[in-house]
This record gives sequence, C-alpha cells and structure tokens, in this order.
Amino acid sequence: MPQARFKPGEKVKVMQAYPLGHVRTPYYIRGCVGEIERLCGSFPNPEELAQMRDGLPPQPLYRVRFRQQEVWPDYRGSASDVLEVEIFQHWLEKA
Amino acid sequence: MIPRSHHDMGGLPAGKVERTEHDHAEWERRVDALAVLMGARKVTVDERRKNIEALPPEDYERMSYYERWIVSLAQSLLQRGVVTTEELARKMIEVERRAAG
Repeated sequence: MPQARFKPGEKVKVMQAYPLGHVRTPYYIRGCVGEIERLCGSFPNPEELAQMRDGLPPQPLYRVRFRQQEVWPDYRGSASDVLEVEIFQHWLEKA
Repeated sequence: MIPRSHHDMGGLPAGKVERTEHDHAEWERRVDALAVLMGARKVTVDERRKNIEALPPEDYERMSYYERWIVSLAQSLLQRGVVTTEELARKMIEVERRAAG
C-alpha cells in the first residue's frame, strides 16, 4: 500500500491536468494550492475501478482545505471562508 | 488535454435548487435494484459514473436521474459481455410493441 506522503497542515498543489477517463478531482480545484486537513484513509483508486480494474493498491485519500478567495477570483465572502475537497494522493504534490 | 467535461459543472452558474420530495416510479425502483444487484457483481459506482459522464451533453441534460442510470447500467452489461447489442435491440423493439398494445 502506498505510504501517506503528506501530513495535516502541509501545503499541497492539485495537479493541473485534464486527462480522459473517470476523474474524481473536480475541474475547478485543479491547479489550486491548499492545506492537508486530514488523511481520510486509503481506498481503491476510483479511476481504475471505473475501467473495470481492481484499483489496488489502495490510494491515500486526503481532505484538503482551500481558501474560498483563492478558488474563486470573484469570491465576496469572508477571507476566512474555506472549501474542503477530498482528493487522492496521486493528484497532489508538495507546494 | 480535454476541456471541462459537461458533468463536471461545479462552480458554474446554475438555477434554483429544487428541494421538493417526490415518490419514485416503479421502474425507477427497479433500476435502483438492478444497480444494487450489479454492484454485487463488482459494477462499482465509479463504473456507473464513467458511463454517465460519457453521455453527450444534450442527452445528459434531457434525461432524468434514473434514465441516466439505466443507460449506464446497459452500457456496463454490453461492455462486460452480459448482453449483446443485438439482444438489447430486439428486446427494446419487443417492449415497444408490447407497450403500444
């Protein structure tokens, strides 16, 4: 099973890629920088499950916290508002 | 690189969210049951999503929730060799004739 590479509080950048296939990383969050909120556990890779393969080994899944103002350029809410997205480790790199 | 897929609409302007509850029709319950049964044979929610995401945008918009599901489940049955396209075609004609009375 792949090691969990990131710890809560670490800054990460979401891979800015637009591949074919079934992708669980929302379009709007790709390329954004956030902070690891927690490790949710490890789960079979849904990108592989969608293609009728077993998705093993399980991939670490994180809840990543982003500042709303960084995700949406025209965001008018509080600067302290955050958005949390669950993202698999292979979509994240150290920021 | 491909542009944003049609289904991946998070953050785009949207209409009002319809919050009223409604009963499910009998056929919708059957589609749900079929999804559960196919799940027991390893057809995952991810595979179901992949087939729904492959719908052309105009069909994705036109179809109801469970209409998308039944198309997706039918695709899985074809992809996995459980039914052939010919069998599906003949059955659809048979059902249409039966419905027409």
